[in-house]
Amino acid sequence: MTVMKSRNDAFGLLPVGLALLLFVWFLTFLPEVSDGKAIRYAMDWIPSLGITLSFLIDGLSLTFALLITGIGSLVFLYSNSYLSGHEHFVRFMLFLFSFMLSMLGVVLADNLIALFVFWELTTITSYLLIGFGHENETGRRSALQALLVTGAGALAMLAGFILLGMTFGSFELSEILLKSEELKVHSLYSVILILILAGTFTKSAQFPFHFWLPNAMAAPTPVSSFLHSATMVKAGIYLMARLHPAFSGTNLWLWTLTIFGVVTAVIASILALRQTDLKQALAYTTLMALGTLTLFLGQESGYAVTAFATFLIVHSLYKAALFLVVGCIDHAAGTRDANILGGLGRVMPFTAVAAGLAAMSMAGFPPFLGFIGKELKYAGALGVASEPIFVSGAVLIANSLMFAVAGVVAFRPFWMSERSNLPREPHEVSAPMLAGPIILAILGTFFGIYPDILQRALVAPTVASLLGNIEDSKDLKLWAGVNVPLLLSVMTVFLGLLFYWQHRRLRNILIVVIGRAPSFDRGWDRILDGLKGFAAWQTQILQSGSLYHYMFVTFATMLLSLSVAIFLKPMEITLPDHWVISWQGIALILLIIGGTLITTVTASRITAMASLGVVGIGVAMIFIGFSAPDVAITQLLVETLVVVLVAVALLRLPTLESEVGNRRPIDAVLAFGVGLTVTVILLSVLSQPLDLRLTEFFEITSWPEAYGRNIVNVILVDFRALDTFGEIAVVVVAALSSYALLRTTHPVSSDQGEQR
Amino acid sequence: MNSVILIAGTRYLAGLLLIFSIYMLLRGHNEPGGGFIGGLIGSTGFVLFAIACGTADARRALRIAPQTLAMAGLGIALLAGLISVIFGDPFFTGQWLFLGASDSEKGLPISTVLAFDIGVYLVVFGSVLTLVFAMEEEI
Repeated sequence: MTVMKSRNDAFGLLPVGLALLLFVWFLTFLPEVSDGKAIRYAMDWIPSLGITLSFLIDGLSLTFALLITGIGSLVFLYSNSYLSGHEHFVRFMLFLFSFMLSMLGVVLADNLIALFVFWELTTITSYLLIGFGHENETGRRSALQALLVTGAGALAMLAGFILLGMTFGSFELSEILLKSEELKVHSLYSVILILILAGTFTKSAQFPFHFWLPNAMAAPTPVSSFLHSATMVKAGIYLMARLHPAFSGTNLWLWTLTIFGVVTAVIASILALRQTDLKQALAYTTLMALGTLTLFLGQESGYAVTAFATFLIVHSLYKAALFLVVGCIDHAAGTRDANILGGLGRVMPFTAVAAGLAAMSMAGFPPFLGFIGKELKYAGALGVASEPIFVSGAVLIANSLMFAVAGVVAFRPFWMSERSNLPREPHEVSAPMLAGPIILAILGTFFGIYPDILQRALVAPTVASLLGNIEDSKDLKLWAGVNVPLLLSVMTVFLGLLFYWQHRRLRNILIVVIGRAPSFDRGWDRILDGLKGFAAWQTQILQSGSLYHYMFVTFATMLLSLSVAIFLKPMEITLPDHWVISWQGIALILLIIGGTLITTVTASRITAMASLGVVGIGVAMIFIGFSAPDVAITQLLVETLVVVLVAVALLRLPTLESEVGNRRPIDAVLAFGVGLTVTVILLSVLSQPLDLRLTEFFEITSWPEAYGRNIVNVILVDFRALDTFGEIAVVVVAALSSYALLRTTHPVSSDQGEQR
Repeated sequence: MNSVILIAGTRYLAGLLLIFSIYMLLRGHNEPGGGFIGGLIGSTGFVLFAIACGTADARRALRIAPQTLAMAGLGIALLAGLISVIFGDPFFTGQWLFLGASDSEKGLPISTVLAFDIGVYLVVFGSVLTLVFAMEEEI
């Protein structure tokens, strides 16, 4: 155990350091990017397909990169304590670090295909992280659900990307974004938009694809904090923001994003109040935030986009902090149930302070950054191009419910009600675990007091990435005078207090109401069950398990398709001029025909096998006759080995008579049919003039370029080595899988059986 | 199978087949032969051995599990293909070194192509034996 521990420390601090280095490296871009400049790196990846590995650092991507690496390093530090001594600790760190790199790839990539690859890498690493507790069935189910939902969306998105790239002849985002006007009137605009939104909505868990995100909370807390609130779920938001300059401004864009955003935000904030598990409650508020961000991305006004940029940062700061706090509570008290928790403030003072600061930012109290974010949200909502009253009302309800949830999650467990029977005696957590929540909470406070630092450094450049002009960014102010947003803020506090005061009664009502509503999670199960049922049904039809059946279907299909081809496109057949065949040739042909006949009439499997071997050897002799020694040798050896192999297997099988019965006539018809069509096709191939270009090329270049006189071998190992590599890989896979198959039918002794 | 003649014959035949397989492998670049054929011949030797003396003895004589050999072969082939990247050529471009070459003499050619062929040899050899041994043991 002590050895384990020291390994943990060594491996655990490495990612912290690396993430911190990356964070500092990205900070060095800040001065340039704050001036509204964009930096681009590119290198060729697959030049033949126009795919480059290009990266773009501008306000938007730098904001994301700083959030990813900054929160990342804190989460790595936190994980060191949280998962200390876990047997798969190193694996966890590897997954989490791979995730961080993939996420950086997503936000920095300038090429659509590269972006897609990184996007899928985040999906896969997220799958591994949600399923980290793989002994647990819920964990496995949640992981698979997240993978399938986001993966399916991503496939649609890939189709959208390809359409986009083919329409404009470039996969480079920086080039596509310049063609906004052309894109908006293009006939494929709506198709491309819907396909891409399918990817971003599933990734960012917009209603009705929201159900995977709360389930993803099966992951360890650092993962929930990092992936499922601060970074990965915002990949969809990022992409919409990235494409905003090209796609926004149409009614389709405006209304789709507004409606999905509003519905997600309101439903999620109502569902959040229903939860008693603190982590689940936070998961639903994350959904609410994602909905709000989507809603603002639908707009084009300076206020809305500034609100987007500010709320993006605010939310990442306080939500990551709160998730980490909930992890601390779980770690210290052994439960996350809001009904049991209480009175933790005295034993966990530092956690309580961090939770309080973060929660006040979330609730939107001045002077926290959350207050500024909320004011801007109201200003943005009031200025939307789509129904401002409707949107502002929705934002008001969502904000007040968030206020109440902030109280439930971060105030009540610490300061309200006496401590009841907790599974564990609570204690203050260690410094590395406290570092994350405290630093994030303090940042939220600091930027609240000095908002212009954040505005100049990140918000304005981000707005510039979306709207193209740094001047469009609105000011971040703590005191903007008495105006409608302030009035709405006051209303939020009152409504929020009301909701908080009544939250137990509301929760009980919600539990009854939601219990009656259809559940998307269960609907998902039903869809999956349906798919599995369909797969089982068609497998039963196609895969009978009888080799005879498979062979019959295969050859019948071949016969049918070949004869249709011959019938539809008759080919001219000219018979070879000279039919003179040497007596050796005639002898060989007789040998082959004799072998074939014996194979078909014999009742003994061994005889059938041996006579089939005669056929094979006859064919090999023909190859020798045409001076193709390599092919002939291979054919001979393979024939020998096949006879040996099959002979071994045949020893166990009964004689043929018991099986063939009355299938013979139809088999004979099939065999003659296949033989006839193949002969016709071969003759028509021979009627075509022989194209010797490749042969000549190999004859000329084999010796001077590849230093080999045996052209067949030179082609195999040099000219087409990649093909050969693929073939030998197939050989290995085939051998290994048949080995595994043979082994599983082997009787397993009882003690081995239990180990499985 | 318990045949004295076969066992006595196998003792010489298996060895001869192995030597012959390596000969076929090495001459493959200029004469008929190569990794595929060599691997098949070599495995025939061991198949004979397994039939005559049983798979347990054959496995012991082989020392290394055949599936390991097959995987190693795949690895060697991949490495042989990757080496060209160091020299700035595309994957699987043959790299040649002529030991002791002079104006009149070509020298002894050493190449990644040969390494690739050895990989093919091992893959075929290992895969065939994996299958044959498993089937013999199963039945």
